[in-house]
Order: sequence, then C-alpha cells, then structure tokens
Amino acid sequence: MAEYRSPEVLVETSWVSAHAAEPGVRVVEVDVDTRSYDEGHVPGAIGWSWDTQLCDPVRRDIIPKDAFEGLMAASGIANDTTVVLYGDNNNWFAAWAFWQLKIYGHADVRIMNGGRSKWLAEGRELSADRPEPAPTSYAASGPDLSLRAFLSEVSDGVESDAIDLVDVRSPAEFSGEILAPPGLPETCQRGGHIPGARNIPWVEACAADGTFKSADDLREIYANAGISGSKPIVAYCRIGERSSHSWFVLKYLIGFDGVTNYDGSWTEWGNLVGAPVERGA
Amino acid sequence: MRAKDYKVLESEMAGWPVRITSYRIGGTWHAKADNVSPGATIATSRAATEQAALEAVMGKARARLAATRRFPASAEGRK
Repeated sequence: MAEYRSPEVLVETSWVSAHAAEPGVRVVEVDVDTRSYDEGHVPGAIGWSWDTQLCDPVRRDIIPKDAFEGLMAASGIANDTTVVLYGDNNNWFAAWAFWQLKIYGHADVRIMNGGRSKWLAEGRELSADRPEPAPTSYAASGPDLSLRAFLSEVSDGVESDAIDLVDVRSPAEFSGEILAPPGLPETCQRGGHIPGARNIPWVEACAADGTFKSADDLREIYANAGISGSKPIVAYCRIGERSSHSWFVLKYLIGFDGVTNYDGSWTEWGNLVGAPVERGA
Repeated sequence: MRAKDYKVLESEMAGWPVRITSYRIGGTWHAKADNVSPGATIATSRAATEQAALEAVMGKARARLAATRRFPASAEGRK
C-alpha cells in the first residue's frame, strides 16, 4: 500500500493524546459549529472561530497578514511550534485553518485524523478549561498565493481549458437541484456548477469514522473522475472550506503539484452577472 | 470528563437523509443533526435527558430541512 505523499501532516488521536501537552506543540480546535469547543475539547487545546478569527471581518477575504500574526502570537504559537488542528464535520474548518497557515508560511502544521467526532467516539479525555497561553512574537511570510485561486484565474482557466476544476459539493448542489446544502440558507442566485468541473464530493475522501482513506483509494477516486495531475487542479465548493479539505487531500495526501483552493467558490461564481453556468450531473 | 454513550443514527426528514449524533458529557446530553450530504450541521441541542436532546434536535432539523427548495433539472436555477 502506498504512503501518503506528506504523511507528516496527519496525526492520529493517540498521537495527540500523548503529545498535546508537550512544549512546542499547540493543539487548536476549529469547528463549523463554533459552540462545540465549549462542550469540552482536547485538554490544552485552544479554540479559533472560523467566522471571526480566520477571515477579514470587513471585506470578504482570508485573515489579513497582520491579524494572522496577532492571532498566532496571542495563541502562544511561535514560528517553530507544531500546530495540530482538528474540528467537527470531518475537519472542514481545521483544513480551512491549515490552508491559511500554509499561505502564511507556517512550517509545521498537522491535522488530527478523524477530527473531533473521532476523539469523542473514542471516549478520550475532554477539558472545559480555556488555556491562556503566554503570548509569543510571530512573523508570517507570504502570502503564498500559489495555494489560492482567484476568480480571474478560474475564469481564464475554464476558457482556455488549462485547469482541472474539482467541485467538491454534493451532487444535488452540483446539478443545481438545490442552492445550498439541505437545511442551510441559500447564498447564491443560481444553481449548478462552473462549466467543465468534475463533481468529486469531499466526503469521498473519508472513511466512515471520519479518517482519511488510504493513499491508494484516494488516487483511485480522483483517477476515476479523470483527475491525473496533468493540469493544475482548482478545488471549489460553496465558500471554500470543504474545498480546503479536498485541497489538503490532493496536495498532501495524494501529492499532486499545482493544487489551489478557489475560496470564492460557488457563492462568488453563482452570483456573478453573466457567468456561464452548467446544470445537471 | 469524557463523552459517553456516543451514538450515530441515520433517518430521513422532509425528504432528506439526516444523521443524528448524540452523546453525554457530564450531566448534559448533546445532539447534533447533519444533512449527510454534504455533512453540514443543521441543528444542535443540549438537554438533561437523551430523549429531550433528540426531540429538540429533530424538531429544529425538520423545520430547517422543510424550507429547502428543490429546483427541477430542467429549470434555469432562477430564484
């Protein structure tokens, strides 16, 4: 069985249990449901809120560089700290945080395989304490925009057939049957997908317990959908968090080069006046 | 403390598949409902008993799922 391309970016719950308290390791929970952390979390873990701390609070954008440096410093994270991220929904926003940490050049970032649900299901210890880490001094690099796709690049790539677009939403969102995941608010004016995109839902990368499938299985899933790595790959979803999960899989577990996350995603494309849209499977 | 009695069950509400996860931390029962595909959390609840937590989460989930509009494949996706 083949190994992941970068196995060091993934740690198991048992590893976190053994190493979370070590100096030089900082565990961070990032959830879709920002109240989950308060129920109880990995002992020593701090919590980040994706919708207030991992974005620009005014314009639609990722966290600005100076705010990122402030967040890391206040979280007790130095440039050489090992940051272990985990969260609910199979690590959706943990992957979103991972992507931004890499954009700003943090060297050692890892994801806890299986996320919060696996930790709970295994009955591992939880804490309600909110750690108050000693602040550090943190200097970010970048932003490394080779990890991020913008609208103009996607639009040009579609027109020239120069990219492989991977739409990681559910089949019903991809086809245009629904405008948002069932039960969530509609956030776009049109349903469907970017012309030429292949639909490979993010969840296909996960086993039943939320852990990532094997490298062989992951390669097969993408190969069967025609994704070989012969072109730059752009992943997108609705707002960019599910696609950061798939970006992580494509770049670090399978090991394709030239993988970017289009975080504008369907809430940008599906609201654009005049943008081409395909409907159906 | 630890999560105890962790359970996952799958059901259907308002025509959509739903996954309900429940567990107890200390004296509080927690329940969450997600929409299976894509797996987004659509409702959460907490209560003193398992039954109360499940009833609350299912009530919220059912109401939210019932509001989801479907657009036939032949339509142009216009709201």
